Formats: sequence, C-alpha cells, structure tokens
Amino acid sequence: MTLYASMIPFFLISMVISTAFMARVFQRMRRPTIIGGGLGAMLGVIGPYTTMGPLQSCTFAPDQEPIDFWFGVLLFGIGLAVILYFAQWISRFLLAKGKDAPQLMEGQSTQGTFQTNFLIPFALLLPTIIVLLVFLYYPLIETFRLSTRLVRLGAPRSAFRCVSNFTGFLEPDGFNILTLGIFIGIIVSFVIHQVLKKRDKALLANSVGLISLILMGVFFQRILEEDFGLVMFNTFYIAFFIVAGGLILGLAVAYLAYQPVKGAMIYRTLLIWPYAISPAISGIIFFVLFDPVSGIVNHSIELMGGQGLDWFTDPWLARTTIIIASIWKTLGYNILFYIAGLQTVPKDLLEAAAIDGANAWQRFRNVTIPALSPITFFLIITNLTYAFFNIFGTIDFLTKGGPVGATSVSIYDIIQVGIRSRDLGRAAAQSMVLFVLVIIMTIIQFRTTGNKVTYGA
Amino acid sequence: MIRELIPERWHVHVLLWITILIVGFPLIYAMIVSTQTNAQTLSFQMWPGDNLASNWERVMSRNLLQFMWNSTIFAVFVTIAKTILSLLAGLAFVYFRFPGKWIVFAFVLMTLLMPTEMLIIALFRLVSNLGWGDTFQAMTVPFIASATGTFLFRQHFANLPGELSEAAQIDGANPLQFLFRVLVPLSWNTIGALAVIQFVYMWNQYLWPLLIIKDERLQVVQVGLGTLRNAEGALTYGPMMLGAVVATLPPVLIFVLLQKQFMSGFAISRDK
Repeated sequence: MTLYASMIPFFLISMVISTAFMARVFQRMRRPTIIGGGLGAMLGVIGPYTTMGPLQSCTFAPDQEPIDFWFGVLLFGIGLAVILYFAQWISRFLLAKGKDAPQLMEGQSTQGTFQTNFLIPFALLLPTIIVLLVFLYYPLIETFRLSTRLVRLGAPRSAFRCVSNFTGFLEPDGFNILTLGIFIGIIVSFVIHQVLKKRDKALLANSVGLISLILMGVFFQRILEEDFGLVMFNTFYIAFFIVAGGLILGLAVAYLAYQPVKGAMIYRTLLIWPYAISPAISGIIFFVLFDPVSGIVNHSIELMGGQGLDWFTDPWLARTTIIIASIWKTLGYNILFYIAGLQTVPKDLLEAAAIDGANAWQRFRNVTIPALSPITFFLIITNLTYAFFNIFGTIDFLTKGGPVGATSVSIYDIIQVGIRSRDLGRAAAQSMVLFVLVIIMTIIQFRTTGNKVTYGA
Repeated sequence: MIRELIPERWHVHVLLWITILIVGFPLIYAMIVSTQTNAQTLSFQMWPGDNLASNWERVMSRNLLQFMWNSTIFAVFVTIAKTILSLLAGLAFVYFRFPGKWIVFAFVLMTLLMPTEMLIIALFRLVSNLGWGDTFQAMTVPFIASATGTFLFRQHFANLPGELSEAAQIDGANPLQFLFRVLVPLSWNTIGALAVIQFVYMWNQYLWPLLIIKDERLQVVQVGLGTLRNAEGALTYGPMMLGAVVATLPPVLIFVLLQKQFMSGFAISRDK
C-alpha cells in the first residue's frame, strides 16, 4: 500500500468521521460503542484504500496536477462512503435480532429440496458462473484497469497514467469560486426541498427541487470539458424523452387495448409486434421516412402547406428523430407490459372508487396508476437500458452521431473514441463513468419508486 | 341487418384501428417502397411499384440470405443454450440448499447492472486476445448465461407445489430426470416466453457483430443491411427497405408463432 505524506491529513479526517459513524451505528443497535468506534477507525483506513489501492495512491504523488489531486480526494471520499454504507448495512443485518433483521432471500421453499452432496447444485450453476465470470466480471475489472492506462487499440504496450483519462473529461480551469458557489447552492436548495417535502408543501418543494436540478445542469456545464459535456447532455436528454414519451404513450395505448372488445387478442398482436423490430432497422426505416428531400414526412408537411424541416442537420430535430424512432421501437414492449399490469389492477378498488363518486380520470389517476407502479418501475429500468445502450444501432443508421455531435450519446462516443480513434483507455474511462451513472440511477430508482411500489392490494 | 354488423363499443374499435395504422405505418411504408424504383419513391407514390423483382435481385446479390442464415444459427444456438443454462441454475436455486447460496444469487443478480455494451471495450479486447475474432464462439459464448432467464425460472419453479420434488425423490428420480421429466413439461409457457425474448435479442444484435466480425461470410443481417444502403454512390431506397422488411420477418414470425406461450408466460391473456 503506497502512502504519500499528503494523504495523512485526509486519513485523519476519514478516521474521525468513520469512528463517529460506526460508534453511532453500534449505539443505535445497543451494542458497545467502543467496539463500533474501533471498527470505525479501522474502516477509516481500509475504506479509502478500496479506491486508492488499485491506483497505488497515484493522485497524491507530489508531481500530480491539482485537478488530478482533487479528483483523487473525491475517489478517497467515495471509497470511505461505500465501505461505511456496507458496514452499517452488514452490522444491522448481523446484530439485529428477530423480526427486525432484514431478510436476504424471502420465500425460499424449504420443502422438497433434494438431499444430496452439496457439489451438485454448484455443478448445475457452474456453466452460468463461468460464463458470467469470464465475459462480464473479468471485463468489468479489465475496464477499470484499462481506464487508468494509456493504451491504443492493437498496440501491445500500455502505460499507467493514473486518473488523467478521467480528469480529461473535466474543464481544467472550471474549478473556481463560481462553481463552488453553485455547488453550495445545489446542496442548500436540495436540503430546502427535502424539508418542504416533509411539511407537505408539494408545490414549493417541487419548484425548489427544479431550481436545484437547473443549478446541477449549470454546474456540470461549467466543470465538464466541452465535448464530453455535450455527450453527457445528449445521453440524458435523449434518454429522458425516450423513457417519458415511451411510458406515457405505452400506457395510453395499453389502456385502449385493454378494453374488453371482440377480437382483443388480434388487436393486441397488431400493436405489440414492433417489439420484434431491431434498433438498426428502426434506424433504416426512419432514415427513409425523415429524409429532408425524399422523405414522406416532409412531403406530408409540405402537402399541408407547411415548410419541410431539416431533420438531420438541425441538432434539436436530429435528437427528436432519434427519440421518435426509439419510442416507436420500444412501444410494443411497453404496451405488452402495461396490458399485463392492467390485468392485475384490483377491480373491487375501482368499483369502490366509482361508488364514492370518482370520475373515470380520478379512478385512473388515483387507483390504476399507483397499482401499476411495479410495472412502471420495471419499465423505467428497461427503457433506460435501451436508451443508454441498445440505441447504438438506431443512431448508426440514422444520424451517425451528427450533426456536429448532437446525437452522439455515451455508448456511441465510446465506440468512436475506443475503436475508431483507437484510444482504449479514454473509452474505458467513459465506460466506467457510465457504469457509475447506471448504479447511481438504479439506487435512486430503488429509493424513490421502489419504496413506494404497491405490490397488489 | 346493418346494426348487427356494427360491433358493440364501436368507438373503441375505431380508435384501436387508428392506433394500429399509426404504429404500423413505418413498416407498411417500408413495404411499399420495397416494391418501387427510386423514381417511384421520390415521386411519393403511395401504392406498390413494379420493381420488386429487380430490388430482390439486388438484395440477393449482396448475400442477404447468407447474412440471414448466420443470424439464424447464432440466435438459435444462443436461445437453446441460454434456456438450458437458465433451467439448470433455476433448479439449483429452488430445489437445493447449499452454503453461500445468497452470495451466488447476488453474484448472478449483480450482472443485471452490467450490460455487455458497457463493457464492450474490455470484452472486445478479451475476445480478440483469445483469437476468437471472426468465429462462431465470439458471437455465441459470451451471451449464453442469463440473469433474466435464471430469475424467470427461479420464480416459476418456486410457485410450483413443493410436493412435486418430494414425489420425484420417492420415485428415485435424480435432479436432472426431475428437471426434464417433471419441471420442463410444466414450464413450456415460461420457456416459450424466454425463447422469444432471447431470439429477438440475439437476432437484433448490431454493435457486437459490427466490432468482432470482419469476415463477410460470417456477418449477421443487421450489419449486412448497411451494404444495401448505397449502390454506385447513390441511395437505393427499394433494396434498402426490402432488406429491412425481410430481416424483420424471422423475429416477427417467431413472435407470432410463440405468441400464446409469450403472452401467458407474462400472464397477459389471462382475463379476470
């Protein structure tokens, strides 16, 4: 474990924080505080090393740029936060007694298990485990390793370059008093948002929440390097509209197709089939439909007396084209799951609401939508995965990332940088950023929607 | 007489047909264009043209059938292998008790957070270094394990009565006999649903074959379609759309054929 002199103050701070934190956790579980504190002091050293260890603490080396140094401090803090989160989760799990203990695997059938050598279940799982290890877990570790190196596609040699692949995504002079002020503003407005929410002032809370979101946008716009900032903006902008548009349209059509009419099954089949279309083919078809000169879309607009639009050369229209093509492709999937979900909405609740005098919209708003929340939760995750990753085929056939990078989302940029410009290190670093984003978004999903999910009546 | 022909709740029918036409329009238009010459497409002719045979010839000259055949082989192999591996894993998770079960389960669960595309740079390097570029393995092996499939079968098996395995054990069946003689016949709907998802997923792969397959003879149809885009420096709408329509047929066909299983696998046709 490499230790530089500049790390010592940070280790002292980290040990104080984690000693206090773990002592508090143990106190709450009515266990000796002193043991918790001692454990915390140890974690205060181990935690930062989970991120610093693989990097050999390189960001703290004397010859590093300030930006690399402060990025290292951030990683240092992340390592501590992650290990403390796990430590409190595990100690709650181990120390809690009786029904307070969280259940790891619920509903395990205990009857009817085979009484055999314990090697047999492992033999059954072995092919799955090997394939996942070799083709998912190893590449994940390898992605992390590559992200700290200068490595060219096809070149056998590579060199360690600490975190410069990551700090290359940041604006070198973006860290100043102004960005610090914005950052503090984000935190303050977020805290106000939380307080207002607890006091049931929904409208005020939402407007303050909106302010903190806007500030966050400004913050990232200022600290991210220009090209990378554009890629991130494209990724989130396109993903947001695919998910929002896809779910709203999907639910609307599913509600229509759910009506008990003659031939409902035939209607459903005729609505769901676009699910089988590939992202690449939806790109090809929309390329022909939206072609500014020969496309039927502009022709229709002109027939109605309008002016044809520059679908592929205007940045906003190009993004819109990608969004429309993707919503069309995912619509069948969303309809399918929403029809399945609508069948689980309890009929007696709807009837009770009708007797209480709720109109059709109120019943839909207050009974159907909450009852559908598990499906919505699931669809948000799958649609986000689509918008982040599977969208590659659509973009490659429709806009090729253009005009001037307006539709270059993260996965498209990763391939451009890594394969076409042969800079594997930078591409791997961007993959790691994407990985962290996916994890953060999954956690947010679980904490917001996941908690409120209604599982049946 | 006429009143009888108008179905009940006719406005729902009308709305449904309008939606179906809007949703179907891109593919219908693609079908129309696939029969036309460039001139007919450019004059926005909205009925089928007379150029289908010539477009077909052009599509065939670009080896579309070879691409389709490759896609079929890859997709069928992965679908079968994935189903078998997921069945085995589901069996292990539901019908056995073993040390570290929840760790293995978490190990499989975590892979849901790791889409192949996100790790594509390292995966590409790994598979290239294994010397698998332009091979059958490269297109299949990385995809044959599935968290989704494992969960689907685990869920399905856990909902079956526990007496099944007790009876099987009394009859002296070993776990594999139990799986293939008892569980599989009770799981056709789940297997069908998984098969549709996996076949469509593999058939629609674009990024991975684009990177790892350079040999034309092994290329899949999604990438192969790109070669139909241009001919002699100009866009050729007819062949491009014909290729797109033909390449869409197999997954749609599978979907329609296995529709019953697919829908009941997701409990979609169960009207309460």
